[in-house]
Amino acid sequence: MSRSGGMDAKVVIVGASAGGVSAAEALRARGHTGPIELIGAEKHAPYDRPPLSKQLLKGELLASDVALRASTHLRDLNVAERFGVAATALNTKARTVTLADGTNTDYDRVIIATGVSARQLPIRNSVGGVHTLRTLDEAVALQSAIADAKRVVVVGGGFLGTEIAAAAVALGVDVVLAGKASTLLEGALGATVGEQVAGLHTSRGVELMTGPAATVHQLRVKDGQVTGVEFRSGEFVQADLVILAVGSEPAVDWLRSSSLSLTDGVDCSSDCSAGEGIYAVGDVARWHNPLFNVSMRIEHRTNATDQAIHVAERILNGDTTAYAPVPYFWSDQFDVKIQAHGYLRGHDEVKVIEGSLDDGRMIAIYRTGGTLTGVVAVGAAKALRQWRGHVATKMDWHDAISLS
Amino acid sequence: MKFDINVDKCVGAGVCAIAAPEVFDQNDDDGIIVVLDPNPPLEQAQLVHDAATRCPAAVITNVQL
Ligand SMILES: Cc1cc2nc3c(=O)[nH]c(=O)nc-3n(C[C@H](O)[C@H](O)[C@H](O)COP(=O)(O)OP(=O)(O)OC[C@H]3O[C@@H](n4cnc5c(N)ncnc54)[C@H](O)[C@@H]3O)c2cc1C
Ligand code: SF4
Repeated sequence: MSRSGGMDAKVVIVGASAGGVSAAEALRARGHTGPIELIGAEKHAPYDRPPLSKQLLKGELLASDVALRASTHLRDLNVAERFGVAATALNTKARTVTLADGTNTDYDRVIIATGVSARQLPIRNSVGGVHTLRTLDEAVALQSAIADAKRVVVVGGGFLGTEIAAAAVALGVDVVLAGKASTLLEGALGATVGEQVAGLHTSRGVELMTGPAATVHQLRVKDGQVTGVEFRSGEFVQADLVILAVGSEPAVDWLRSSSLSLTDGVDCSSDCSAGEGIYAVGDVARWHNPLFNVSMRIEHRTNATDQAIHVAERILNGDTTAYAPVPYFWSDQFDVKIQAHGYLRGHDEVKVIEGSLDDGRMIAIYRTGGTLTGVVAVGAAKALRQWRGHVATKMDWHDAISLS
Repeated sequence: MKFDINVDKCVGAGVCAIAAPEVFDQNDDDGIIVVLDPNPPLEQAQLVHDAATRCPAAVITNVQL
């Protein structure tokens, strides 16, 4: 028996955040009339994560301000909400999703949008004063911990660690930021731009530790409370609050008993399908992007929605068009907003073609092989969009240089 | 058709201007949304809906035909 997609298919969406909510919305915007069920493990109505490490930590937004949509929006779209109950299994033969309350729900199409969760260090168990940041509850807990802290060690020199360090230092706490790459954001932006971000942090009073020696060896604990961090270099840094921003793990445990391939997230084809009637979107989805000819899994906010729209269209049209986006992200570092289009990972060369972070206006372009593959900018929104177009058309690097 | 805008929440992503270039643009320096057409014709509806869905800061709301 093959069950059809199309306008009246029953769609079950697992994961009620940026990806899941966008999928429901995109289906309805395209005239889908079948039942839609949105299942979310968290008890909160869907909320947005980027403000958690920015305005929420700094106290500029409250927990009630980060809702993704007005409270009645999904019900108005006739989407059945099942929040506060996790999915525990997917049965691809029977086409059912099993929930933590023991019930099953059947589907014609299922969209997996369970995202990622914060990676923990093996040492964390029940130590007070050690935090991670992925969910709203964690953000609220972290905010009050920072308010009570004197000296904070942030472990991780990626986007999350740098944003948390920037927010904490703005709140008047002593901050040590430890990243094991040679400079901040090296993996994401490369060393050239990363050095500029590191300079910004130092000038605002963040104490930096970088390089392999800044790898955490162990946490020092007294009476169940963290007292500091021992690094591989042997150095000990005293702290009453340690924040781990050491990456993420795709939330796929609930899929282990299914037949899906889960090497790093949910392995999908180019159209974002992962099996008969099964799709994945957002941070959890790994797929082959034909535009860059690379298998990627993107943890950026706008990818979750773009991929959700793409999957909604595949479900309604019943075709297998490939998902071939130019990835985009932004990050706030103090008062500087860094924006990037493209796929920067593994690039061969970075060229700053205009300004610097200090000037408040900067444009840098990235080469992989002989092609322009990315652009990073600060304070140059329109120019950035033009460069995005050149990335989308895979402009030859020499042509890009002569334009700059 | 019409919609509401909450400029205070805009993070300058420019996704709106890519999704519906005849309706939205951005400031050049900070990238904040600029509405080119507050009452776009009906054939823009799908694009405006998508801009609202794609916007990472829920700036565009209340999209109505
Ligand atoms: C603090 C922070 C700051 C960020 N800042 C930026 C930024 O500045 N720019 C940017 O581009 N991106 C940023 N991101 C990344 C962005 O938020 C993510 O890319 C986006 O949230 C991905 O959406 P998603 O729906 O795929 O996954 P998620 O947002 O992770 O949502 C997945 C949802 O699924 C639920 N779930 C998990 N397992 C189950 C289950 N078994 N059953 C039911 N539900 C389940 C989870 O509870 C969660 O609510 C940031 C992320 C964080 C955490
Ligand atoms: S997409 Fe949203 S956040 Fe980005 S510029 Fe447009 S309105 Fe602002």
